[in-house]
Amino acid sequence: MCLAIPGKIVEISSDNTRSALVDVVGVRRQIDLGLLQDDKPAPGDWVLIHVGFAMSKISETDALDQMNTLRMLGEIDGAMQEVQGYGLKDLDKADVN
Amino acid sequence: MRFVDEFRQPELISRAAEEIRRLAGTRHYRMMEVCGGHTHAIYRFGLKDILPANIELIHGPGCPVCVLPMGRIDDGLSIAQQPDVIFAAFGDMMRVPGTQGSPLEHKARGMDVRIVYSPSDALKLARLNPDKHVMFFAIGFETTAPSTALTMMRAKAEGIQNFSVFCNHVTIIPAIRAILDSPDMRLDAFIGPGHVSTVIGCRPYEWIAQNERKPIVVSGFEPLDILQSIVMLLRQLRAGEAKVENQYKRVVPWEGNRAALRAMAEVFQLRPYFEWRGLGFISQSALRVNDKYAKWDAEQRFDVPGVRVTDPKAAQCGEVLKGVLKPHQCKLFGRECTPEHPVGALMVSSEGSCAAYHSYEHRKAAMVASLSSIA
Repeated sequence: MCLAIPGKIVEISSDNTRSALVDVVGVRRQIDLGLLQDDKPAPGDWVLIHVGFAMSKISETDALDQMNTLRMLGEIDGAMQEVQGYGLKDLDKADVN
Repeated sequence: MRFVDEFRQPELISRAAEEIRRLAGTRHYRMMEVCGGHTHAIYRFGLKDILPANIELIHGPGCPVCVLPMGRIDDGLSIAQQPDVIFAAFGDMMRVPGTQGSPLEHKARGMDVRIVYSPSDALKLARLNPDKHVMFFAIGFETTAPSTALTMMRAKAEGIQNFSVFCNHVTIIPAIRAILDSPDMRLDAFIGPGHVSTVIGCRPYEWIAQNERKPIVVSGFEPLDILQSIVMLLRQLRAGEAKVENQYKRVVPWEGNRAALRAMAEVFQLRPYFEWRGLGFISQSALRVNDKYAKWDAEQRFDVPGVRVTDPKAAQCGEVLKGVLKPHQCKLFGRECTPEHPVGALMVSSEGSCAAYHSYEHRKAAMVASLSSIA
């Protein structure tokens, strides 16, 4: 529920600066930047993502630490499932039946 | 101590544990970790095995799934019983039981129930299904509420009419106050929530230090973070101080996230009161959608039955939440109430203290049993 997932900004959408393409361990998805409008990130910056929204900018070291925390907490699969589901992608796979 | 091997900084962990032992001396200290993520981490890492016995950790109310009253699930599902309504929620909600079953069980009976990983994807569902109404069942503390708010602002700006939010967002501060006000409560200090604080910052905790004279340290989630936070709390307690400190500076700015707070203020207002499972009614402890966004508020748009379900009397969630009882001391723990068949609130999500205790302590007990049978 309260996962904060680190991701690296790849590209800010040209038509809509409120969203960005992020990379989370190789998985690329659009996320929303609306909650960082006071401190806008640029490509190459790392952010913490929660439910599809960037919550805060963090350093690369802290991003890697955060990924390690998720791994230690046994939350990596949950985090990757969440990221893969952004944009309603892979929902059939993620859907519980 | 078997989890220690998995830690990245074993020497630092040992040093922090040693410092805690030294600072704690012989006095008994009771500290509450407010956030369910911390509860999960404490069990996962076996931190109780590292801490001296006189440091007692009390597991707080910071698991949004756990504290949601069953009646709210019934209310949300009753809206989705209406024709052409899609019930959208995070995966965490799918197995949470209402009186007539969980959202997943309703799906099996034909309700259109969808998992989304982001509120903005619930809005996307509405765009993709213009002939249906998408109701997003929103839960969460201040970590999640800004994302719901921003999604509703987008819905309004785009004039999307077939989307609404059934708002169950709660706020952490009134829950802490309710716990401090409870007569059978005795706490020395608080481990403050990490990700909630990225939004609200550290200032909202100042009354805990100034008025209640309890130290509070906002903490990260790694074993070393939690142990360092306990060291910081003990230093304050030993010095007779009560301050708000931030151990999680790498993620939590002191002022919080103003853009997120603005989004919440734009869309939500405080409810006069809200029911919390295990804690009862707490004044001004939850958010509702304000009148500017009435069109996107499921409660204003649909008839909501306002179901109230009394928690089973035998379940002692309230006592566990306040730290009066340990999870296993509840009469139902591990018998009638298990993670597979939760009766009480704290067994519902893996971040609930009873579920966390059940999975890790039981796993440990099973391992010890199998080792002794080999011996």
